[in-house]
Amino acid sequence: MAAGSQSARIADESKHGLFMASDQAKINYMIRLPEEGQEVTGISVRAKEIALKVGPAILLILAVAFIALPVVSLFIKSPMDATIRSLHDPVVMDALRLSLMTSSLTTSIVILMGTPVAYIHARFHYFGKEIADSLIDLPVIMPPAVAGIALLMAFGRMGILGHYLNAFGISLAFTTLAVIIAQVFVSSPFYIRQARTSFEDVDRSFESAARTLGASRTYTIFHVILPIACNGLISGAIMAFARSLGEFGATIMFAGNFQGRTQTMPLAIYTAMQGDLDVSLCLSLILVAISFLVIALVKTLTRRVYKNAGN
Amino acid sequence: MIEKRVFVSALAVLVLTMSAGFCAEQPKELTVFTAASLTGAFGEIGQIYKNETNISVVFNFDGSQVLRTQIDNGAYADVFASANTKQMNALKTGGMMNNSSVSIFTKNKISLIIPKDNPGKIQNLTDLAKPGVKIIIGTKDVPVGDYAIQIIDKLGNDSAYGPDYKKKVMDNIVSQETTVSNVVTKVALGEADVGFAYVSDVTEDLAAKVDKIEIPDKYNVVGQYPIGILKQSKCPAEGEEFINLVESEKGRAILEKYGFEPMGTAAKATSSASASSPSAARATA
Repeated sequence: MAAGSQSARIADESKHGLFMASDQAKINYMIRLPEEGQEVTGISVRAKEIALKVGPAILLILAVAFIALPVVSLFIKSPMDATIRSLHDPVVMDALRLSLMTSSLTTSIVILMGTPVAYIHARFHYFGKEIADSLIDLPVIMPPAVAGIALLMAFGRMGILGHYLNAFGISLAFTTLAVIIAQVFVSSPFYIRQARTSFEDVDRSFESAARTLGASRTYTIFHVILPIACNGLISGAIMAFARSLGEFGATIMFAGNFQGRTQTMPLAIYTAMQGDLDVSLCLSLILVAISFLVIALVKTLTRRVYKNAGN
Repeated sequence: MIEKRVFVSALAVLVLTMSAGFCAEQPKELTVFTAASLTGAFGEIGQIYKNETNISVVFNFDGSQVLRTQIDNGAYADVFASANTKQMNALKTGGMMNNSSVSIFTKNKISLIIPKDNPGKIQNLTDLAKPGVKIIIGTKDVPVGDYAIQIIDKLGNDSAYGPDYKKKVMDNIVSQETTVSNVVTKVALGEADVGFAYVSDVTEDLAAKVDKIEIPDKYNVVGQYPIGILKQSKCPAEGEEFINLVESEKGRAILEKYGFEPMGTAAKATSSASASSPSAARATA
């Protein structure tokens, strides 16, 4: 940039006839053209070319290997028979069932609550929108342990809202509902952000065309906007599902750790690792498989979005 | 040219901050992995050790099974103090400990703890089986959880309580924590009605938030705490000095102050065990 602005200045000055010898020297310094007769394909240049290709290649291999190694180690360290045996362990079955149930419920809640919010944020402007936007994004940045304590301070028995609920006999902590609350808290921004982007990307001309053809606002939303934004919404929902599946800190602090009721798969992995490594590895393998599935699904869906947008 | 300067200076700052972290590790220090229930007592003993030998002690307080897992997976420690013999034996069998250095240095009993305002109206052991009571214990791997299950079993086998009692109590358990500190915290926060913790866990700071309910000796479990030096230790001599300090008169006095069972000689131990239970405040709601 410095070279660019300097040469622009020099170019300006030369127009005004103030071109000086020192400026010429500056240009020569910045642009090193090969002198007459100099070999352009010298050994040093070839070496540089190779280095330029090999260097990044090594970095790439290291980066991929760094991520691949722990994942591959999981598979190597769990022999097939131990894994199959662990699948029948009640700890594993309870954790799997609980995780899938809570994460599905969480994703449904997030979609139902998040879609209107995302639509409003995409289309309208209101007083305090920036603050609301930052608040909605907060759980992404907030460390999960902080989220756990925060939920406890709000909904726990001595919590701000919690102690009113307790007076009515409603107790949230240590229940499956608490697991869902914690998961909704941490995973809703993932869906809302993606949904908002998808709504913003819907071409307004489709909307306008539908309205001019006589469609009501509701009809437009359900039959024009949603179908177009559909792929983005689904990928956002999948991300929210994956995040809620992996939630650990907030769950263990707010909902506690009880097999079958609040011990989701990550909690089971952590607890089991301290006693029975096989169970821990089995659950980890299941989660890795689900993670790969999530990535594959999100990739296929978002690719189709780009394809559709091009039309 | 300006970008290059900025880049190089940023790199220099990064390297300097990183090396600052490394340089800070120069002075000698002793790494002690300790069961969470010893947080207060060992904190004090560590301070005395530092004053005497000028070597600072770095503690890692957590559930004994968590520490054992960390050591198994390569964590560095000089000394390991566990809240039960099971975790220590696991390390001994695994060849991680210097077996001759392992000895029992203190004992601890289990106590019920309740939040100060006693929301569950718990006054004795029978109240544990009341419907709707929220009990927090440790997982089956953490010593305090293991001891709690043993006590509940003992109560279930006793005709005064019966097997129905055991089932009702187990049904009332709402969470299993991986370290006793979490049990105490959740009870102190008022989230649970009652928790199974150690007698030594109700420190002065906590006395304002929790009360103890004593478990009679015939149902209670006396947990044995072994301590030992790890084979991988780079300063075994200092480790042995630390263990000697823990087992000395000074160390014993501190442990007793925190509520641990006095060791004394074998003959004294059995008779003084029940007599010197620390001032247990029976909850009167």
